[in-house]
Amino acid sequence: MAGQTENISRTELWGGNGSPFRISYGKQWMWMFLVSDALTFGGLLTAYGFARHQAPSWPIGEETFNAMPFLGNGYPLLYVALMTFILIVSSVTMVLAVEAGHRLDKKGVIKWLLLTVVGGLFFVGSQGWEWYHFIHGTHYGSILTLDGWAVVDYNAANELILRMGRGLTVSGAEAKTLFDGATATMQGANLIENEYAPLVPQYANFFFFITGFHGFHVFSGVVFNFIILINVLRGVYDKRGHYEMVEKVGLYWHFIDLVWVFVFTFFYLL
Amino acid sequence: MERDDLIQDHNYSISANHNEAQGVVIRKKIWKVTGILTLITIVEVLIGAFIKQYDSVGEDNFLWPYVKVGFLVLTVVKAAYIVLIFMHLGDERKSFKWLILAPYILFILYLIFICLTESSYWHEVFQGVNSINP
Repeated sequence: MAGQTENISRTELWGGNGSPFRISYGKQWMWMFLVSDALTFGGLLTAYGFARHQAPSWPIGEETFNAMPFLGNGYPLLYVALMTFILIVSSVTMVLAVEAGHRLDKKGVIKWLLLTVVGGLFFVGSQGWEWYHFIHGTHYGSILTLDGWAVVDYNAANELILRMGRGLTVSGAEAKTLFDGATATMQGANLIENEYAPLVPQYANFFFFITGFHGFHVFSGVVFNFIILINVLRGVYDKRGHYEMVEKVGLYWHFIDLVWVFVFTFFYLL
Repeated sequence: MERDDLIQDHNYSISANHNEAQGVVIRKKIWKVTGILTLITIVEVLIGAFIKQYDSVGEDNFLWPYVKVGFLVLTVVKAAYIVLIFMHLGDERKSFKWLILAPYILFILYLIFICLTESSYWHEVFQGVNSINP
């Protein structure tokens, strides 16, 4: 061991000349930042799991999120699936921008990075729409009946339906009796109460906090991508001889996609 | 033993540049992973839309526990593709790969374990309260 290290001078080892991981300083510390950020999201999602596992009941994702812009209700999970797809595609355009950067293909980088920014803006906009919809309430709110809280809905024939939780519905005369005997109503969602889970107010808090924190990451990611895009257009990285900055913001952008994969599973699917 | 940690050109990114022919191979791989990720998302949404958590009388669907595990497996597969291919962690040195993955996996498994154990306890406590005071 000593024999191998003997002929390596001190300056060569510690003069900033070598990296034990054969990776540049900037990329290495982008990874370190992403690990710490992933711990934050991991903590948030685990806290969500904690609250959900101890609660007696929890709303069903495909019943809460079943609306499409301009089309109304009755499309379980379709819009959020579309959002997920948009984010995956913007991740793909990002990796193509990085690949073009490795070939020093400035035009390719501009094209793919621009598409990534557009995809990111689409996603942020979709999340804004979903928040608006979540806050204002899906349909007719929830009512407190003699049998407990129920979500009010109408079927295709415009007949009253009450969703009693656990996938159970009441309709016809029974629903009418319960509806007329209601003693309280709730519509939409805020930090204190929400119509989707009247007995677990934390549900909306977790929704706002986790998707909001993620949405803020998407927004800042779009800003970073845009700044780098301007630098590419100005030819900064052409002069530098490499497009590593694109790779670094790319890491951040993929990380956002990665977090969304988990948010999608835990908030919407399970 | 040959040393591979010295930066001869003082820049790793320049040495990471590749030519057009290599680019074709890499792009092919990217589109393949895109297909896989899209397919997994479609399968997830179809399962979520068609397999219900509860049956018609409000009892737990016996399939649901398997569906849950299935969702978790598909999610981890998606995450692995994103991290190893899109973020190129699979192409970094082995030591760096594990520097990133090992501490995180260890910590998060511990956190999940401790939180689920604790919340199982509280779930039972609340059920006990409900059975005394329905």
